Amino acid sequence: MDIQLQKIGYSYAKGTPFEKRALTDVDLEIISGSYQAIIGHTGSGKSTLLQHLNALLKPTEGTIQIGNLMIQAGKKVKNLKPIRQKIGIVFQFPEHQLFDETVLKDIMFGPLNYGVPADEAERRARLLVEQLGLPEEVLEKSPFDLSGGQMRRVAIAGVLAMEPSVLVLDEPTAGLDPRGRREIMDLFHKLHVEKGFTTILVTHSMEDAARYADSVAIMKDGRCVLSGQPIEVFGNEQRLIEFGLAAPRIVRFQREFEELLGYPLPILCLTEEQLVNEIARVAQVERESS
Amino acid sequence: MNEILSFHNVIYTYSPEETEIRKALEDISFSVSDGEWIAIVGHNGSGKSTMAKLMNGLLFPQSGEVRVFGETLNADNLWDIRSQMGMVFQNPDNQFVGATVQDDVAFALENNGVSFKDMVVRVHESLTQVKMEKHLNSEPHHLSGGQKQRVAIAAALALKPKILILDEATSMLDPQGREEVLTTVQRLRKETNLTVLSITHDLEEALLADRILVLNNGRKYTEGTPDEIFSRGEELVELGLDLPFALRMSKILGDNGIILKQDHMSERDLVNDIWISNFKK
Repeated sequence: MDIQLQKIGYSYAKGTPFEKRALTDVDLEIISGSYQAIIGHTGSGKSTLLQHLNALLKPTEGTIQIGNLMIQAGKKVKNLKPIRQKIGIVFQFPEHQLFDETVLKDIMFGPLNYGVPADEAERRARLLVEQLGLPEEVLEKSPFDLSGGQMRRVAIAGVLAMEPSVLVLDEPTAGLDPRGRREIMDLFHKLHVEKGFTTILVTHSMEDAARYADSVAIMKDGRCVLSGQPIEVFGNEQRLIEFGLAAPRIVRFQREFEELLGYPLPILCLTEEQLVNEIARVAQVERESS
Repeated sequence: MNEILSFHNVIYTYSPEETEIRKALEDISFSVSDGEWIAIVGHNGSGKSTMAKLMNGLLFPQSGEVRVFGETLNADNLWDIRSQMGMVFQNPDNQFVGATVQDDVAFALENNGVSFKDMVVRVHESLTQVKMEKHLNSEPHHLSGGQKQRVAIAAALALKPKILILDEATSMLDPQGREEVLTTVQRLRKETNLTVLSITHDLEEALLADRILVLNNGRKYTEGTPDEIFSRGEELVELGLDLPFALRMSKILGDNGIILKQDHMSERDLVNDIWISNFKK
């Protein structure tokens, strides 16, 4: 399902004295099956933007095309239910949304609401608990008796149980320890590859965007100010600095190395392994030429 | 150096009736000197936050003792001790009470019966210390994450605490906000004799501390200077932690046949070593 935002704008409390503009003229095309990162400071409009992706908010200007559904500013849209089932949003600190008596019931809640039969909802819940690496015993436990990392997985399972085809992730690793962070990010990457999800990651982490995304958009003051492939966006350090952002650490490290080397490496490396290979290669070349 | 805070064989469990459940903290002992910066690291659920709650008397140990400013922390001296301890929490939006920045910083002073005249001075002083003096009348929700946390630090400083506890205070900030907060703490440490205890997952933040305490499953795993701790390398990764960027790079470079004199903590040192050991003729 392709998602296309055309010139969208959004103002909170439009037409009141408290009107506050959050988005201006945002163009963004998210192609089905791609991994899109959205980066920006607090208050740059990231969260407002992501709420447009399943019509929790409707634009006050412009149009959004989500699959076959067209949402136009000022026009009523009927039957948003299928869209909301297809686009799963994992909000920041999703474990705050857990509420049911047991993990099993909590995961089943979404599908049941959408008319999935109970036995099918249960089958999904059991499968997901296994896929997310949680022990089977948790199914009968209260979600509130689990550790932070486990609660987060249960909350994510609740979203996946709806069987979405687009997964929107708002800072999914905030507050987790480094291992938890890596596990969750690897899990989303696996789902992205295996299930062919379209994945939209809202993040502060340049490192995660560099490692996982095939497309990056930078938000600032409610506008999408830079977008493209990670190599293009992260290679444009001058602009990133103008936006108050820094290139990923690995890129900055490459630049420091190039300064000593005296010439740029032929490629921009976005992972540690890539850069190490490149340094090894150049070292080899230099040895042979001397 | 004088000891300012210490734990002696502290045991704490949230469910004392169930003996088979692992205790939140199991026999923790350590001590912090006046003016030190200690980072407490460990995986989620390792007991870091429980430790913070024991430091300011939100919880009391079931066994062992917590000593602050030379006294055993108890229900009687708790309020006195708390007033000399500032705390900054994870979510900058959860701790604002004032409608403006200066109201917010003044809040705790008002609660402590500071006179209006003094209050004005101290609000200005503490906001200047975190370089937020230009935002006296800003509304907190108009600030960036880093600015909010700096105001939260100012609110803590206004009480002139001896100890500042940062409980994952940078974990929800963007990289720029994190930088702002850490620079502020570093500067405060140079200018004052503030003792800092930072609970963190951010290994780059832990690198800035004088000493690191590593917790694992409710027990003290080890403690030492950043160099000592990070020299353990893979062992830390097994504990669910990570290595600072330069150190991680050092390992990968070594595995791929790049010669290094040693592993490095700083990127600058690492890049120089790569150059000198492999390229310079």
